[in-house]
Amino acid sequence: MGKEYHLKTPLSVEDIEPLRSGDRVTISGIIYTARDAAHRKIMELIEAEKELPIPIEGQIIYYVGPSPAPPGRVIGAAGPTTSYRMDPFAPKLLELGLKGMIGKGKRSKEVIEAMVRHKGVYMAAIGGAGALMARAIKAARVVAYEELGPEAVRELRVESLPAIVVNDTLGNDLYVEGQKKYRIN
Amino acid sequence: MREISTQTIVDAVKDASIQANLELGDDVVQALESALEYEESNVGKDIIKKLLENARIAREERIPICQDTGVAVLFVELGQEVSVKGGGLHQALEEGIRKGYKEGFLRKSVCHPFTRKNTGDNTPIIVHLDLVSGDKLKIWVVPKGGGSENMSRLFMLLPSAGWAGVKEKIVQTVAEAGPNPCPPTIIGVGIGGNFERSAILAKKSLLRALGTPNPDPELDEIEQELLTEINKTGIGPQGLGGRVTSLAVHILMMPCHIASLPLAVNIQCHASRHVEVVL
Repeated sequence: MGKEYHLKTPLSVEDIEPLRSGDRVTISGIIYTARDAAHRKIMELIEAEKELPIPIEGQIIYYVGPSPAPPGRVIGAAGPTTSYRMDPFAPKLLELGLKGMIGKGKRSKEVIEAMVRHKGVYMAAIGGAGALMARAIKAARVVAYEELGPEAVRELRVESLPAIVVNDTLGNDLYVEGQKKYRIN
Repeated sequence: MREISTQTIVDAVKDASIQANLELGDDVVQALESALEYEESNVGKDIIKKLLENARIAREERIPICQDTGVAVLFVELGQEVSVKGGGLHQALEEGIRKGYKEGFLRKSVCHPFTRKNTGDNTPIIVHLDLVSGDKLKIWVVPKGGGSENMSRLFMLLPSAGWAGVKEKIVQTVAEAGPNPCPPTIIGVGIGGNFERSAILAKKSLLRALGTPNPDPELDEIEQELLTEINKTGIGPQGLGGRVTSLAVHILMMPCHIASLPLAVNIQCHASRHVEVVL
């Protein structure tokens, strides 16, 4: 297993560069949620050079569409969704200073290259551990696109949200390396 | 004729949809526990432990196992001596899902294919109805998440492909899916029938409790062989490398057209949710 890091948002290049594929991180501070529908809307604003509903520079986007909060809770289950649906949008956001993405599953070559070029990392949370992940979320509010329901953009205040670094700023990929180690030919 | 009221059906489906999403079945819990014993990767072991902890939290705190509470799939066996009173069967099933997803605080995950506008109540539902003999109404509520469904595949193979071709496509489908469908997965396989029947068989095979053998000894042996092959890929829990890529392979098979060899591979994530109700 790799090293352990605690990240506090917003992030700088100095926070990101030491991270290596396979390291475990816990994240505290404000992070934002967005899935593909929200990414598409944000991209339209970027193309039209309009103001964005969330800051991008130094931030982390968590790919999640939580289940509704039952009474007395801040959020329902909140595990990651599959990341490749956001691949068409991620390079542009990295160019604008996005430092971290949390999701599950493989990223495209273009996204991995953009992480190297613009210094960003991709981290995996445990897919299907929505009840466990929700424990790290201390506050949640919708900040844009409420009409998208579960796909709305939310601002989350998290404390020690656990994740594993998959792609680092050197272009390493834990999915490739990890699987190689256990493949039997 | 035995009468069953639509209200009974609505209530049963509502309760089953909530139970399915909040309580991971004992068969899956047991399969994950035994997977812990043969997983070699420390990261993999840690993930399986966290999945078990997640299931416990969901059950105790009454929140969904996974935020993707899925499209509502219902397998229904309607005994031909049953008469549904007070409205339509389909409408009652749909109302049960509507209520369950609202009252259970489950995520509504159904939208228009192009505008992506959410329908708001997790309908329409997907029903596979079989008319059978008897005076019972059997309903399986099977919420199916999008991540694993997206990695599922259907192949219309040449009959000459035989078992070798079928096995190759199954392992290839799992290998290509890699980390995306939230491994450890359960692989539902439908062979034969026709284009749509193979897919329904693949999904239906997932209703069988984990740890129970295929009633057909030949298929049971092939299931074991395929599981061994799949777990050689090294994909492991969450695709981060390890021994446990899948927990089981389930096969359902039926005869097909003389020109065809349909094969469907329906990947199911570890949050395998299915609740059976008999009315």
